Amino acid sequence: MQQILFFLIRNKNFLLSLFLFLISFALTIQSHSFHKNKFINSANFFSGGIYSFKNNVNNYFNLKEENDLLLEENARLRMQLDSFDEFSTIDNTDSTFTHSKFQFETARVINNTYSKSKNILTIDKGSQMNIALDMGVISSKGLIGIIKNTSAKYATVQSILNINSQINAKLKNSNHFGSLIWNTEDPNIVQLIEIPRLAPIIVGDTIITGGKSTIFPEGVLVGTIQSSLLNKDKNSYTLNIKLFNDMTSLKHVYIINNKDTEEIKKLEKESDDAE
Amino acid sequence: MQSNVYFILSFRFIILVLVQVLLLNNINFLGYINPYLYILFILTFPFNGNKSLLIVLSFLLGLTIDLFGDSGGVHAAACVVIAYLRPVILKFSFGVSYEYNSIKINNVEFVQRLIYVGIMVLLHHIVLFSMEIFNTNHIILVLKSTLISGIFSIILIMSSISIFSKKSK
Repeated sequence: MQQILFFLIRNKNFLLSLFLFLISFALTIQSHSFHKNKFINSANFFSGGIYSFKNNVNNYFNLKEENDLLLEENARLRMQLDSFDEFSTIDNTDSTFTHSKFQFETARVINNTYSKSKNILTIDKGSQMNIALDMGVISSKGLIGIIKNTSAKYATVQSILNINSQINAKLKNSNHFGSLIWNTEDPNIVQLIEIPRLAPIIVGDTIITGGKSTIFPEGVLVGTIQSSLLNKDKNSYTLNIKLFNDMTSLKHVYIINNKDTEEIKKLEKESDDAE
Repeated sequence: MQSNVYFILSFRFIILVLVQVLLLNNINFLGYINPYLYILFILTFPFNGNKSLLIVLSFLLGLTIDLFGDSGGVHAAACVVIAYLRPVILKFSFGVSYEYNSIKINNVEFVQRLIYVGIMVLLHHIVLFSMEIFNTNHIILVLKSTLISGIFSIILIMSSISIFSKKSK
């Protein structure tokens, strides 16, 4: 017994550091898997508060660019609204089309990373504003990512610049589906994999989200084809996609809430259980 | 006297965390290279101070950086490793009797200081990047990041030491 005690006292620094190292190792492993990193994330009161203070200061430097961007988006939306009005005068009897199942919530990005292999954004809206896990996040120019963690006032977003992200997307012209991934090399280029060889690939073509998942509506802009590569098995393409978004300077984002998510999830779970 | 030391240590802890999180994490030189100045806290911790205390404080320091960077526990792990190995590296760079000669980091020779800072920084960075990337296919990326980020950090740490040290002559 005494020898065990002596051993513990003699090696107390080693045991202490081993213990702390194992804790950090566990936290690291945990953060490698989506949805499990509950304890150490920047969506908490402490770091969220400091980040939003920093953002309050930084905001003044970009007011002009932000205004330009919002004006641009306003103009585009106004144009869409005009064309929508023309249609709606012809056919406004079907009330199901007037209620979109997607709700949009605006938020500000208070912290943004794009230089790591797993990039996370922090935004200043949280569960108080009905933000929940797995909601999609876009900006006025296109796709950004998916909500990963929420606290009362803040939330973190796993951006598409994250090796864990895999988002369904398709060619706008031919509707061929693939998955969007990121190879960590350039924060403005992502990869679209598993595009069938039949698909007509033209450099400069637009890529949009596929709408196969409940997270994003169909047709959110992603980017344009920059180059293509036929895989070794000669059956599918890997495309390099240049994003419309500049992922290195994000300010205002929209969070997409699909009102039908619960219903769809429940239905799918029931069918799974039935098998 | 003792409370004065604790005050300076906690002040340094907070300032280094804020500088790292708000300023240095946003540099992204050449796309992904950031200097990690905050380990200056571990480097300049009193050489004859309590070793267990240093290990616990380093863990907290790393964890705070992780909290802001959403990086799990990679900084905490790297900090614990260098805090534990610090006595060995001190002995290697300043000789066996560093503990009794009341050596301070700002009045040793430049070369000795560079060796000490260099080993600590590179050790920290290699643990940090290998845990962050965590993939044996990307060993080259780990080494490249360690080297470039390391040089950046060493320059920044050496200049901070000489700027903020009191004149000892």
